[in-house]
Amino acid sequence: MISALLLLAGAAPFPISHSPFPVQDTTRGKAVYVKWCAGCHGDGGAGDGVAAAHMLPRPRNFTGAIYKIRTTASGQLPTDADLMRAIDEGLPGSAMPAWKGRLSDAERRDVVAYIKTFSSFFADTSQHVAALKFSGEPSGATGATALKTGRQFYDSIGCRKCHGDQGRGDGPSARTLKDDAGFPIFAADLHQSWRFRGGGSAVEIYHRLRTGLDGTPMPSFSDLIDQKFLTDEQLWRLAQYVRSLSPPEPPEVRDVIHAPQIVGPTPVSPDDSTWARVGRYWFPLVGQVVRKGRWFAPAVTGVWVQGVHDGRTLALRVSWDDRTQSPDSAWLPFEQRVLETVAGDDSGPPKAEPWPDQLAVQFPRRLPESPAGMERPYFLMGSETDPVYQWRWTSSPRKSLAGLARGIDRFDTLPGAVAAQASFDHGEWRLVFTRALATPDTANEVQLAAGRAIPVAFFGWDGSSGEHGSRMAVSTWYFLALDRPTPPGVFISPVLAMLVTLGLGLVVVRRAQRRATARAGRQR
Amino acid sequence: MRKLGAVAATGVVLLVLALAGWMRAPLPAAQGGATISGKVKFTGAKPTMPKIDMTEEPKCKAKYTAAPPTDEAVVVNANGTLANVFVYVKAGLPEGYKAPAPAGPVTLDQDGCRYHPHVLGILVGQQLAIKNSDGILHNIKAKGTKNRPFNISQPTVMTSDRTFTAPEVMVPLECNVHGWMHAWLGVLPHPFFAVSGSDGSFTIKGLPPGTYTVEAWQEKYGTQTATVTVAGSETKTADFTFAAK
Repeated sequence: MISALLLLAGAAPFPISHSPFPVQDTTRGKAVYVKWCAGCHGDGGAGDGVAAAHMLPRPRNFTGAIYKIRTTASGQLPTDADLMRAIDEGLPGSAMPAWKGRLSDAERRDVVAYIKTFSSFFADTSQHVAALKFSGEPSGATGATALKTGRQFYDSIGCRKCHGDQGRGDGPSARTLKDDAGFPIFAADLHQSWRFRGGGSAVEIYHRLRTGLDGTPMPSFSDLIDQKFLTDEQLWRLAQYVRSLSPPEPPEVRDVIHAPQIVGPTPVSPDDSTWARVGRYWFPLVGQVVRKGRWFAPAVTGVWVQGVHDGRTLALRVSWDDRTQSPDSAWLPFEQRVLETVAGDDSGPPKAEPWPDQLAVQFPRRLPESPAGMERPYFLMGSETDPVYQWRWTSSPRKSLAGLARGIDRFDTLPGAVAAQASFDHGEWRLVFTRALATPDTANEVQLAAGRAIPVAFFGWDGSSGEHGSRMAVSTWYFLALDRPTPPGVFISPVLAMLVTLGLGLVVVRRAQRRATARAGRQR
Repeated sequence: MRKLGAVAATGVVLLVLALAGWMRAPLPAAQGGATISGKVKFTGAKPTMPKIDMTEEPKCKAKYTAAPPTDEAVVVNANGTLANVFVYVKAGLPEGYKAPAPAGPVTLDQDGCRYHPHVLGILVGQQLAIKNSDGILHNIKAKGTKNRPFNISQPTVMTSDRTFTAPEVMVPLECNVHGWMHAWLGVLPHPFFAVSGSDGSFTIKGLPPGTYTVEAWQEKYGTQTATVTVAGSETKTADFTFAAK
C-alpha cells in the first residue's frame, strides 16, 4: 500500500522550487536520462557511465551539485536556466553535445529536474540560488587602450600562472592542475575561444571571471571588485583582451588549401614575413579511435595550414598549439596522470615516457590521371597494398623524413627527403616543410602540380600527453591546390585602358582649348 | 610522614600541570567545567617529507633561509609526538546542546606559500578570514562535500571572508597556483575541538558532564577514537597513538 502510494507520488508531476519552469516531471526526466545521459554520466549520476573512463574532461558528477558554467557566485548552486543552457548548447571542447533540437523542450526540462535529484543541495531551501547581477559590456572592446588595460590585468592578477604568457595554457602551474575529483585538467588555451566550455564571447568570458568554474582550479574574481582591487570595467577589459587572442569568428573548415604562387624563392623559415600575407586554413583533428591502441583525448585539436609555391618548390606551413616542447621532463608526472585517467585499450599499465612532439602530412603517392578518378588511399595512413606518401617531423631528435606509410605500424623511409624548419614559441609550434614540386621518384613521391586538387591529410602527436604511434590526432582527407600565377594581362589591361582613356581625354581637351583660343584671336 | 610527602608531591605536580595548562590556553572556558586533554603519540620510523621547490615563487622561497620547506602531511615533533592532529568531540553532547556565539573570526594566513595554520577548526557560521600576506597570486579553494565549495582569486594582499553552513570533518582547502599548498578545516557545531601543537598535546575545555566519543584525525594516518567520561570540573586524559605506515 505504502509503496503503491510512493509510486503514485513519484509519477505525479510536481514543481521544483527556484524553477522558472512551470511543471517538471522527474519520472519522465529519468526516462530521458537513462536513455541519453547515463552512458556517460552513470545511472547514479556520479559521472561514471561506461564511456566515462575514455574521456578527459570527465562527464559531470551530479552528486556534488558542483557545476562549471553558472551565472551564480562561486560555490553556489546553478540556476535551472544554467543547467538548461549546458544541455541546450553542450560544453564546447568536451564530449558533451548540444541537445537542443535532439530532445524536446519538455524532455530537456524534465531531465533538468531529474539531474537535480542526484544531490540533496537542490532540496535544501537554505541555499540561495540567484544569478549575479552582471553589468553590460562597455564599448571600445577592440580598441588598443582597452586591450592594453586588459593585458595589464592579465599580468597583474596572475592569469599567466596557469594560462601562460601568451595564453596557450602553458603557464608554470599548468602541469600541476587537478580538478576536484583529482583528474588532470588543462588550463584553457585562450587562443581557441570556440572551445571554451561556457562560450567564447567577451560577455561569456566576463561571466566566467565573475563566477569562476566550480570544480576546477579557475577561481572567481568577484571578491577583487568588492575589495576595489580592480573595477568592473577593468575586469571587462580583461575579458575583452582574452577574447582578442582568438580569431573574431570560430574557424570555418574549408576543404581546399589555396597555395598562391609567389616570386621565388619560397620561404623556408616558419617566421618568414611572407606567411603574414598568406591566408591560413584550419583543420580540426580528432583522436584515433579506429584501430586498437585507440586514443580518446587528443592534445592537438587542430592545425592551421598555409602554403605558397614559386613554380618549382612548395612551402607548407603547419602551426598548432601545444603546451609543451616535448620531451619535457617537468611534464612527465602530468603525462603519467593523463595516461592513468584516460583508459586506453593497449595492454600493460600506462607509463609516462619522454616522447617527442610529431607532425605528419600525408598525400597519395600519385595524383589520379583524370579528375573523375578521385579514389584516395585509406585516410588512416594507407594500407599494405595501397600505401600513402608522408612527410614526418619529430621535435626530438629534430628531423624530418619522407616515406611511405602502409598502415599505422609501417613506415618505409624514401631516399628523397623533405626539408623542414620549426620554431616553438609560447605554446605554439610553427613548422615549414619545403619540397620541389617535381622529383625524380615519380612512382612514390607525389608530383605536385599547379591546377590540380592534391589530397592531403594531417596527423599530430603531443609527446607530453603520452602520444606516440597509434595514440594520435588525425584528420580526414582535404585538398591542396597550387594556384597558377595570375596572367600578367589581368593586371596590365585595366592600367592600359585607363591610360588610353586619359590620353584620349587629354586630346579632346587640348583640341577644345585650341579652338577656343583661335576663336578668341579672330574676335579680337 | 611518608604519606604526607606523597600527597604534597602530588599536589605540586597537579599545580604545575594546571599552571602549564593555564599558560598554554589562557582563554576562559566557554561553559561547563570538564576538560579532556592528552598527547598524540607517534610510533615507528619518522617519515621523510618531500621538500617543496618554491623556485617559481622567489618571494616565498626567500622566507626559508634556515632549511628548505617540506611537505606538512606528517609533522613529527622534537619529542616524538605528532603536531597538526585535529581532536574533537564527535558524539556525546547533550541533546539540544547550543554552541555559544563565536568570539570572532578564525584567521587562515597564506604566508611563504604555505597555510598558517595547516590544520584548524571553526564553528558552523563562524567567519573564516582568509588572508593573503604574500601579495602574490593565490587562489583558495574549499572542497567540502557537506558545505558548498568556493574558489576565490587573491592576487594581492587582501582578506576574504567566508562561512560554513554544515558540520564537516574535514573540508580540504587548497591553492591550485601552488599545488603543494593544502590546509584542513574542521567545521563543527560546537567549540569542543583542538589541534595538537608542537609538543603533541591538546586540550578541550569547558565540557558539560557526559560520556564523549573523541576522535583524532590525522591527514595521512586517518582517524582514531576514544571514549571519555567526564563529570564536574575534572580533567581526563585521552592519549592517541598513530603508527607509521
